[in-house]
Amino acid sequence: MKPRSLLLTSAMAASVLGFATAATAADLKEVQMLHWWTSGGEAAALNVLKQDLTKEGYTWKDVPVAGGGGAGAMTTLKAMVAAGNPPTASQILGYFALDYAEAGKLGDITAIATKEGWDKLVPTALQKFTTTNGKWDAVPVNIHSVNWIWLNKAVMEKIGGTEPKTFDDFVALLDKAKAANVIPLALGGQPWQEATMFDSVVASTGGIDFYKKAFIDLDESALKSDTMKKAFDNLAKLRSYTDPNYAGRDWNLATAMVIKGDALVQVMGDWAKGEFRAANKEAGKDFICYRFPGTDGAVIYNSDMFAIFNVSADRKAAQAAMATATMSKSFQSAFNVIKGSVPARMDVPDTDFDMCGKKGIADVKSANSNGKFLGSLAQNYAQPPAVAAAYDDVVTKFFHGEIKTSDAAVTELVKAIKSAK
Amino acid sequence: MAVTTVSGAVTDRGRRITLRTRLQGLVPKLVLAPSFLLVLIFVYGFNLWTVFLSFTNSRAFTSTKLIGFANYEKLWTWTFESDPPSSWYTAIVNIGIFGGLYIVFCLALGLTLAILLDQKIRGEGILRPIYLYPLALSFIVTGTAWKLFLDPGIGLEKAVHDWGWTSFKFDWVVNPRMMIYCVAIAGIWQTSGFVMAMFLAGLRGVDGEILKAAQIDGASTYATYRRIVIPIMRPVFLSAIIVLAHMAIKSYDLVLSVTGKNPGGAAELPSTFMYSYTFTRNQMGVGSTSAVIMLMTIAAIMIPYLYSELREKRQ
Repeated sequence: MKPRSLLLTSAMAASVLGFATAATAADLKEVQMLHWWTSGGEAAALNVLKQDLTKEGYTWKDVPVAGGGGAGAMTTLKAMVAAGNPPTASQILGYFALDYAEAGKLGDITAIATKEGWDKLVPTALQKFTTTNGKWDAVPVNIHSVNWIWLNKAVMEKIGGTEPKTFDDFVALLDKAKAANVIPLALGGQPWQEATMFDSVVASTGGIDFYKKAFIDLDESALKSDTMKKAFDNLAKLRSYTDPNYAGRDWNLATAMVIKGDALVQVMGDWAKGEFRAANKEAGKDFICYRFPGTDGAVIYNSDMFAIFNVSADRKAAQAAMATATMSKSFQSAFNVIKGSVPARMDVPDTDFDMCGKKGIADVKSANSNGKFLGSLAQNYAQPPAVAAAYDDVVTKFFHGEIKTSDAAVTELVKAIKSAK
Repeated sequence: MAVTTVSGAVTDRGRRITLRTRLQGLVPKLVLAPSFLLVLIFVYGFNLWTVFLSFTNSRAFTSTKLIGFANYEKLWTWTFESDPPSSWYTAIVNIGIFGGLYIVFCLALGLTLAILLDQKIRGEGILRPIYLYPLALSFIVTGTAWKLFLDPGIGLEKAVHDWGWTSFKFDWVVNPRMMIYCVAIAGIWQTSGFVMAMFLAGLRGVDGEILKAAQIDGASTYATYRRIVIPIMRPVFLSAIIVLAHMAIKSYDLVLSVTGKNPGGAAELPSTFMYSYTFTRNQMGVGSTSAVIMLMTIAAIMIPYLYSELREKRQ
């Protein structure tokens, strides 16, 4: 731990020092952006924003902190904010934004939001994270959803499969693949991946209203209900369709199994599309996307946002320009076409998107209007990190047999969530 | 006149000498002062800060609201939750397995290699760096390489199958219950060469006269090593154990890279537990408590050991 923490501290110190000097020398026309979009596709997507701002005469000061999931970036951000030198904006996820808002560290862009009518354009449920007491302090960049399945089209045709509409259909399809000697389910056995899949399984088993009751409202009777037990049993069923070497596999390697045709299907958020695109595969021709069987019409979302920090007055103009540019239709379209997600505002035309993107955009609109647009628990958009991590723990322990029965799993789930609250 | 001058010069010189010796005495203190101050603040100061945090309800950010021993009580109950295992229970069991295997095997392998290399063999100059080289890699590289090597789908098991031994099975790295042993294998591979170098230096320090005397007395090679050489190297064991013990306790990137982010929660170590609770789960109070417990545990083991080793030396 020691060298690591030493490294972290020195990295933090370096970045803090860097910012101390940068802030005094900074002119009004600079945007500092802290983010962890360092991989090829992500960096290309962010580059769109950089170009837009450069056109308006702002310089872009990149503060990339590599590491998917952003744990390293969040630590750097904490240090920068604690030192009183926050970046203009930072990529942030769900509840972390609320933490900073609660600590009074976020700025205010309500004026722009009101002028442009964001409250009508951004899905209502998402506004919980972008506003604090009616004040806008973050800009949503995209909407991902986790209840997708990704199939290799050639394999699908080979085994004569059709779109599964229910969980039982899905199991039947997986059986077909098994009979044809294809790995039915490509899975990365890491806690977050298993929990992300379980989000969909719960919504499929109990319906999206049950999902809301259990995971958004944390209703104890729902958490220990027979429906939840059934959901755990269904998850165990899915486990029997993986290959034996799934434990600890990274998600993109699992996606690669589907791309190569070694496996039929992966249950994963729509960031998986980025892998298909990187392999020059085309939606509808090489791969197919469906909503997780039994969750059609619902969107279990997570989202990338830019948190707006409380910066000194001379940096506010650049901040406002950044916020406006991020919410512009052209950026939202261009960025999300590359990233694989869908725009965070609902009035962006879907012309540039592939069929999965088009379906995603339509789903967000309809799900938002009928209350089926809900945060993903595994992705930190339903509950604070402590509760979400407790959920991950229980799901992964059940999945790997440390918790043996679904009865024990629901008891553990209730207990773990209680102790994390 | 002349006399006073001489005596004046003498006292002057005498004063100069005392000033110089005094300055000389001060120099080490002056040189050490900044680093002493830094260590005082950034090691011991923050140790105390962590102890303070462990009594607060700190979550995402530090808080100064004291909540007594609530965090300690939480960890205490988790210590005995074995079915299903709590993360903290798994972490304690795993550090026992990993730390024990890591220290014992590194010492045993390091000593054996050192003794073998010390037989005045040809090519020692080439062999020594080969064994030492793994230490030059960072743990994350070691971990990733071993994960790929042990992966049944692409690594060792597949290679052996391709050679024709199809019943061969080695799937520890994807079996949550056996994962921690893979972490130990990777760790031992990385560090035993370093321990070898320490022992080799110790062996070179053994007085040749003693060995000759033993030979004349008719001691076998085995007896010479067992009764003479290894006891002489006791201080080397001390340094090696201290180095290995702290490497075991702090190992973090190795376990994450070998196991692939802790599937089934089965590869938890106190260090990963501490990091995840403090920085990603926003339960800084609980994380600090685990850090304090780790510190106390190490202190409880190392202080008596150091005390006994160092006191004997003084006698």
